[in-house]
Amino acid sequence: MRAVDVVSFAYRAFAGHRVRTVLLFVAMAIGVGSVVVLTTLGEGARSYVVGQFSSLGTNLLIILPGRSETVGGPPPLLGITPRDLTLEDAEALLHIRGIRYSAPIIVGAAPLSRADREREVTVLGSTSHLYHIRKLQMAYGRFLPEDEALRQAAVCILGHKTKTELFGSDPALGQSLRIGEYRFRVIGVLAPMGESLGMDMSDVVIIPVASAQSLFNTSSMFRIIVEADSREIMDRAKNAVLRTIKLRHEGEDDVTVVSQDAVLATFDKIFTVLTLAVASIGAISIAVAGILIMNVMLIVVSQRRAEIGLLKALGATRQQIIVLFLTEAIIVSSIGSAFGVLLARGSVWGIEKLFPILPLQIPLWSLAVAVAIALMVGVVFAVLPAINAAKLDPVVALSRR
Amino acid sequence: MISLEKICRSFTVGDEKVHALRDIDLRVSDGEYISIMGPSGSGKSTLLNMIGLLDRPDSGTYRIGDEDVTLLSDRRQAEVRCHRIGFIFQFFHLVSRMTASENIELPMILAGMEPKQRRGKVEEAVEAFGLADRASHRPDQLSGGQRQRVAIARATVMQPEILLADEPTGNLDSTSGMDVINILERLNGDGITLIMVTHDHSLGRRATRQLTMVDGRIERDTVPSLSSAPGS
Ligand SMILES: Nc1ncnc2c1ncn2[C@@H]1O[C@H](COP(=O)(O)OP(=O)(O)OP(=O)(O)O)[C@@H](O)[C@H]1O
Ligand SMILES: [Mg+2]
Repeated sequence: MRAVDVVSFAYRAFAGHRVRTVLLFVAMAIGVGSVVVLTTLGEGARSYVVGQFSSLGTNLLIILPGRSETVGGPPPLLGITPRDLTLEDAEALLHIRGIRYSAPIIVGAAPLSRADREREVTVLGSTSHLYHIRKLQMAYGRFLPEDEALRQAAVCILGHKTKTELFGSDPALGQSLRIGEYRFRVIGVLAPMGESLGMDMSDVVIIPVASAQSLFNTSSMFRIIVEADSREIMDRAKNAVLRTIKLRHEGEDDVTVVSQDAVLATFDKIFTVLTLAVASIGAISIAVAGILIMNVMLIVVSQRRAEIGLLKALGATRQQIIVLFLTEAIIVSSIGSAFGVLLARGSVWGIEKLFPILPLQIPLWSLAVAVAIALMVGVVFAVLPAINAAKLDPVVALSRR
Repeated sequence: MISLEKICRSFTVGDEKVHALRDIDLRVSDGEYISIMGPSGSGKSTLLNMIGLLDRPDSGTYRIGDEDVTLLSDRRQAEVRCHRIGFIFQFFHLVSRMTASENIELPMILAGMEPKQRRGKVEEAVEAFGLADRASHRPDQLSGGQRQRVAIARATVMQPEILLADEPTGNLDSTSGMDVINILERLNGDGITLIMVTHDHSLGRRATRQLTMVDGRIERDTVPSLSSAPGS
């Protein structure tokens, strides 16, 4: 039999039975679609949670001046006040391996005024590192410049809410305003964002740390936040931070390093559960899809036993029949899977529109697995009964008993 | 030449064994015109299926020429069905999704024939069986007589030496039945060996050799004196 004829026979076989073919396509599409959509949802939920936790700062260390009681050891002697945290301390922490960002922070309240409007705001003095550590995003303009941390540049970045209250819908970039006694130029506005690390980042003004030092007339930092490269090195990083500060503070253990241990532990548990859940959802939907496709295939092919008998009576060999059904199954399963992929894309798109908060991205592995399973089940359960029917004597296959 | 020796075939239905064919001996020469008659359940269809290689005997030997065809591999058996035997069923067994000409083309496709050659043969057959204006119709758009003519065209398009027909007029009115018989007899006139199962005695009597089956045996094997002797 010629290859062209095999394909055209197979094509006519499913094109000629509309209802049956549509049924098959629907089964395949639902099978593939549900696997992809469910795993996409699972993955979306997982990455949403991961995102939420990482915005909580799971790989951040917060260095506070003074030693908290929980560290143990003798209580600080009277007369020895803890040394201040300095800008240089923050710089020094950057030399620790695995620590990429180190943001010194000065916090204070100051009156903010522009033209006739004045209000009290939280002022954050920091460096460009804060941008990475707090995963900030700009609505307009830019953040603090990289290398001007130590310079008293008269520039500021406004939180989204602060900007709106001060400027309304007028552009703020390039405008100047007063904080306390000083004049600052607006170089950027933060994108709207929620709370992070217990601070409302939409209602702040951020200025260079050196400017904050003069504004509040202090040299000491409120705290230093450092970010480690990964969660795995948190313990090592914490020890290294303590050692570095101790060296710089003449052997005194006078800082407290806080990591979000409880958050981290919870995060790990939730992460494990979520991963398991996503995997189970995937496995179950794959099993369900497989059984669905298998059943439809079995019904369809058993309906065609008589046709197989006829083909044999007309001189088809067993091998020819298997090739014919295999070809047909491959074509049908491929088209069905393609519909499934379209269905999945459509559904994911719809869900995204409904719940924009969920970060949805179809995982490639789920597409691959879903299509592979559909093809495999579709082909196997079309061809197995065909092989069985092809083994029968034509008269048995022909009779509909 | 066809020869069957001690062919037995039985079916097990529940606990019971039904002997559809008991020790059948039969020799058929090339070009014969044979009718098989007999009561329902006497094994006529089973015998015809056996000859058409649609069924397999429990015991006995079946030869076409010198070849014991029951021993052939699946592939060789398919070849024999394809090239040497044409089979016509009472219920036509056309492929419903294919047009008349596509049905006729089917055996040639299975045989791997060139499309060009196929088209020529289909055209010839369509012409010869009076289906020219129905060639692109599907079976459900055809009358019973037309369907059976398509089936005959399909059975003969590979130019087999043996044509088997199991009650080919069983589902037709007498006019289209006669049409079909005329076609079959014309093919026999061209040299094909024709074996036809029928319930209709008036049709059966037209054959040059008449077999009567009863209970799995060939009860009578007559060659009416008017026609020429078989086996010549
Ligand atoms: N596949 C089968 N399974 C069980 N029994 C069968 C099968 N095929 C035939 N038989 C039995 O074998 C016997 C002969 O059947 P066959 O079809 O050859 O009869 P027939 O002479 O063609 O009858 P009819 O004139 O009704 O077509 C019957 O008793 C029938 O019930
Ligand atoms: Mg019968």
